[in-house]
Amino acid sequence: MYTFLKNLDRRWIFLLMFLAVAIPILFELQFPEHPTGLAQAVFDEIEALQPGDPVLLAFDYDPASEGELGPMATTFTYHCAKKGLKMYFMALWPVGAQMIDDNIAKVIKADFPELEYGKDYVNLGYKSGYEGVIKVIVTNLRGLYTTDSYGTSIDSIPMMEGVTDIRQMKLLVNVSAGYPGTTEWVQYAITPFSKDLRMVAGCTGITAPLLYPYIPNQLPGLLGAIKGAAEYEQLVMDAYGGEKVDQKYMKARQRMGPQLIAHLLIIGLIIVANILFFMEKRKGVVR
Amino acid sequence: MKRETLIWSVLLVLGFLGLTGRALLTDRGMANVYVRAVDRTLVQVETEAEAAEAGGVLSKRWVDAEAPEAADLDLASLGADQVRKVTTYEQVLPNDYYRAVSEDPDQAQIRWSASRTVGVWVAAIFTLAIFSFLYKDNVFYKIAESILVGVSAGYWMVVGFWDIIVPNLMGKLWPALVKGWAMPGLEAQPEPLYWVPLILGVMLVWRLSPKGSWISRWPLAFIIGTTAGLRLISFLHANFLAQISNSIVPLIVMEGGQVDIAESVRSLVLIVGILSCLVYFFFSFEHKGAVGKTAKLGIWFLMITFGAGFGYTVMGRIALLAIRLEFLFDDWLWLIDPSNARILFSAIS
Repeated sequence: MYTFLKNLDRRWIFLLMFLAVAIPILFELQFPEHPTGLAQAVFDEIEALQPGDPVLLAFDYDPASEGELGPMATTFTYHCAKKGLKMYFMALWPVGAQMIDDNIAKVIKADFPELEYGKDYVNLGYKSGYEGVIKVIVTNLRGLYTTDSYGTSIDSIPMMEGVTDIRQMKLLVNVSAGYPGTTEWVQYAITPFSKDLRMVAGCTGITAPLLYPYIPNQLPGLLGAIKGAAEYEQLVMDAYGGEKVDQKYMKARQRMGPQLIAHLLIIGLIIVANILFFMEKRKGVVR
Repeated sequence: MKRETLIWSVLLVLGFLGLTGRALLTDRGMANVYVRAVDRTLVQVETEAEAAEAGGVLSKRWVDAEAPEAADLDLASLGADQVRKVTTYEQVLPNDYYRAVSEDPDQAQIRWSASRTVGVWVAAIFTLAIFSFLYKDNVFYKIAESILVGVSAGYWMVVGFWDIIVPNLMGKLWPALVKGWAMPGLEAQPEPLYWVPLILGVMLVWRLSPKGSWISRWPLAFIIGTTAGLRLISFLHANFLAQISNSIVPLIVMEGGQVDIAESVRSLVLIVGILSCLVYFFFSFEHKGAVGKTAKLGIWFLMITFGAGFGYTVMGRIALLAIRLEFLFDDWLWLIDPSNARILFSAIS
């Protein structure tokens, strides 16, 4: 057994990982989620808003991270629409504009047809300039945004009337896949204007550990990767989903099935590798 | 025949037979995409005010005949060059197609889309081609990788032109021209200050010239200088001063006149973690005795942090694998139907 494991081709491990992810998907395994403090904090921040309050939803991600961030973006949009908030969508990533369109079609047009573009929600689209965009719009939104994503002058959009900068937003909601993203929003908007602005965010697993130092003063709530998305999804659907929840609002929880099995596999592999290491150490192969 | 060639050949033949069988021999088939044809009438609008505002540049645009801008127009009085009939296609769920066919087998509004179905097949084949690298580097992976790089480069060029150069530079220098040509909703006055970035941009491109490439160093110096200044301030503010402020917490947390043990332990771990990690990176003293032990504790804190980071990275990568497999099993092979998008097929059949 020792020799077999010692010489195991890594491709068998790839195959095991494929099966660990594929089988739960094929059998649609799903487990209950118990929200943690950070997901609850995100939920509470949005819950504390009143109908009609303006919210900036910055979707800074692209298809490469859609698997992780798509479900939380969908749930954010659903939650804001259910609360009757005025939604201002924007993106600092070029393909973020398509992600916004996708969420508008999937959530707002499909489930909230009564909401009117320009009065209840607006898509400001992608704007190039990375953190420079944040730096400008935090004091002068119209300096950069003259039209919405579809080329309509923002002067002719009713919900843009009187909006001069993003400090007028009651909350910033950022979905971030990296740079530019939550770190830049904290650095250029939240920290210098901490009295005017509050923000909650959802991010990929890789960036989550980098954002924890901002909690709770600079960032009251954070959804870390698909786990955070699943917890938030559970909270929102428990509150607003009713008895029969649409499958598109269960994506994060569905993706936690493969996570559980794959993590168990990795833990098992780490234990086996450590046993091998200590066996070699006892034999004197390694020091 | 080499062992690996045999494995590849067997996999390809089995895969081809399996897919052909599933696509042709089953009732529902697989990977079919359906669209709804929506007929729209577009009319060309141009008001005198708009033309005057655009500085005499012809400002015409096509809007939906039902849009507010076209409310006052009499369609019958418009010339043939001012009205266009177009058909747009919206993707619908297979359920919509099954329902439409069951109600009227001859209907043509909801139909099978060849181009979008081919798109699903191309996406699936490319996914498998990328996955094949896990076995060994091979020609399928190389093709997929090269096409991805080429398409990404092309996409970035187009985005760079339409989302950066047109609105942020040309739209600021020649708003009337851009309004009439590319951005009908643009309402702006020329801003001469934007000649500066235009000149700096031209100087930057000078780098490609065989002579005078030094000219590009001036705009480069400008970029580096402004970026460094901008980031230094924000970093000091958000990541240095604010973090020091966040770390100053009471060691004993009182709640309702009693000690909150959980919060107190949390504060204690935070303070001990920060101090021990700082000691580890403090090299003015040799790491011996109390300093050495504290530095060792700092290493433990760092290792736990790296472990948490690794765990999160694994979670992210598994999520990416999961969504690709979901695509293969759901959109392509139709093995699963988590969204109940094809549930009506069995009801109808």
